[in-house]
Amino acid sequence: MTLSYKGPASHWPAALKTSVSLALILAITLTPASKPLWFSAEGGLLVVVLVAARISARVLLRRLLLLSPFVAGAALAAAFSSRGADWRILALRSGLCLATVIVLSQTTSFSELLGVFRAARVPALLITTLALMHRYIFVLADESTRMARARAARSFTGNRRFAWLTAASVVGQLFVRASERAERVYDAMCARGWRL
Amino acid sequence: MHIPDGFLDAKTALTTAALSTVGLGYALRRVRHELPPKRMPLLGLSAAFLFAAQMVNFPVAGGTSGHLVGAALVAALLGPSAAVIVLATVLIVQCFLFADGGILALGANIFNMGLVATIGGYAVYRAAQRLMPGVRGRAAAIAFAGWCSAVLASVSCAGQLAWSGVASWNIALPAMAGVHMLIGVGEGLISALVLVAVARTRPDLLPEASVESSSGRLRGFVVLGLVASIGVALFVAPFACSWPDGLDAVAGRLGFAARESAPLLSAPVPNYRIPGIASPGMATAAAGAVGALAAFGLAVGFSRLLVREPSAAKPSHS
Repeated sequence: MTLSYKGPASHWPAALKTSVSLALILAITLTPASKPLWFSAEGGLLVVVLVAARISARVLLRRLLLLSPFVAGAALAAAFSSRGADWRILALRSGLCLATVIVLSQTTSFSELLGVFRAARVPALLITTLALMHRYIFVLADESTRMARARAARSFTGNRRFAWLTAASVVGQLFVRASERAERVYDAMCARGWRL
Repeated sequence: MHIPDGFLDAKTALTTAALSTVGLGYALRRVRHELPPKRMPLLGLSAAFLFAAQMVNFPVAGGTSGHLVGAALVAALLGPSAAVIVLATVLIVQCFLFADGGILALGANIFNMGLVATIGGYAVYRAAQRLMPGVRGRAAAIAFAGWCSAVLASVSCAGQLAWSGVASWNIALPAMAGVHMLIGVGEGLISALVLVAVARTRPDLLPEASVESSSGRLRGFVVLGLVASIGVALFVAPFACSWPDGLDAVAGRLGFAARESAPLLSAPVPNYRIPGIASPGMATAAAGAVGALAAFGLAVGFSRLLVREPSAAKPSHS
């Protein structure tokens, strides 16, 4: 996947972006609830990065809204717990962390991230698996959409029992095709001198 | 069940990260003995498959729909070590590419869905499959294993949230386990349907029962299982001490315990508990046992409906 973002932050070193994001998330997580002013400092840093990287606030807000049900659900659980944490602090904390991750994923391509992982001595097999997955996510997602469309074109819909059977056979067929593709990928990798 | 950042405190995040690193590192070493080199790219392709499969919607009542999580299914299709790697890969990509699940919480998420759900699901699958031979038994085993994997992961997740002080154990456990006992039914059904669909088109892709039980695979599975259970014990044990020690203790404090549990009954998800059992801990455990039995019965009944003959080599419908 190529990034839609083309701002100045795409030229910043990936290792720097990753480590700063990690440090910021760690700081937000460790900020005690009794010091709410610290959150504004962390939020301020995030705003500075946003302005410097020229990320539009609309993109950030849309991604935040998309992901906030997770935060809302857990905050709700905390709100109902008598001995639990203050849910407002919790929502603030996870909202800030979420914004940090969104900024990181907006400005850093996955192959750059893999380079950071490699430098951090992550085992080669995991890197290969991650790279292959990233390469084929969208291929297989397209394939499943095509299969679902072909199914819809050929059969009547409406029966729920049948909908489950057809959806399951799409998933099963997807696994079969992924396995067959894996064999072809292996042959191609060997032909190019790949060795684990 | 993806835990976002900011919910876990430092000690929980670090502990789960350490456990996940050990488990994943061990799985990465073991998988070379379990899968031939020819099938190594299958790890990446399976992760991509799982991601695409999670986007296929299964309609539930009222316009809502569910989707597969697939921990038990992948463990049944590829073996335990490969499943740990596949699930961890999916979670890492979801975290960094789609900001789904936190970075500091990645260790916890990999622990719950990558280790507990896969190893727990695989253990249940193997045990149930030993009881019930044939494709029909396999379908029942994976349906029950899918249910167990969802519930086990949710219990582990609740334990971590409680250990971090986010929500009290008395709320987090029933809310998480109760919801996932329902979700798990869908997970089990989808897993069984998919496994049977694969068995119909390419039965050779399913690992043979005799090959699976080779000693090498068993050893890897035992070590990974140990890591998963140590973690679960760690998250659940601190709360177990507040539970009654046994039935004697409950009987001794019956009236007292009943009064104590009164405010809990106004919790958002109270209906999972069995009335008439005084202590909330015991009631939760009993509800879990009854739920597990019901799910097992459902799995067996469902496999009878789904698989007509012992050998499902020839397609019967669709």
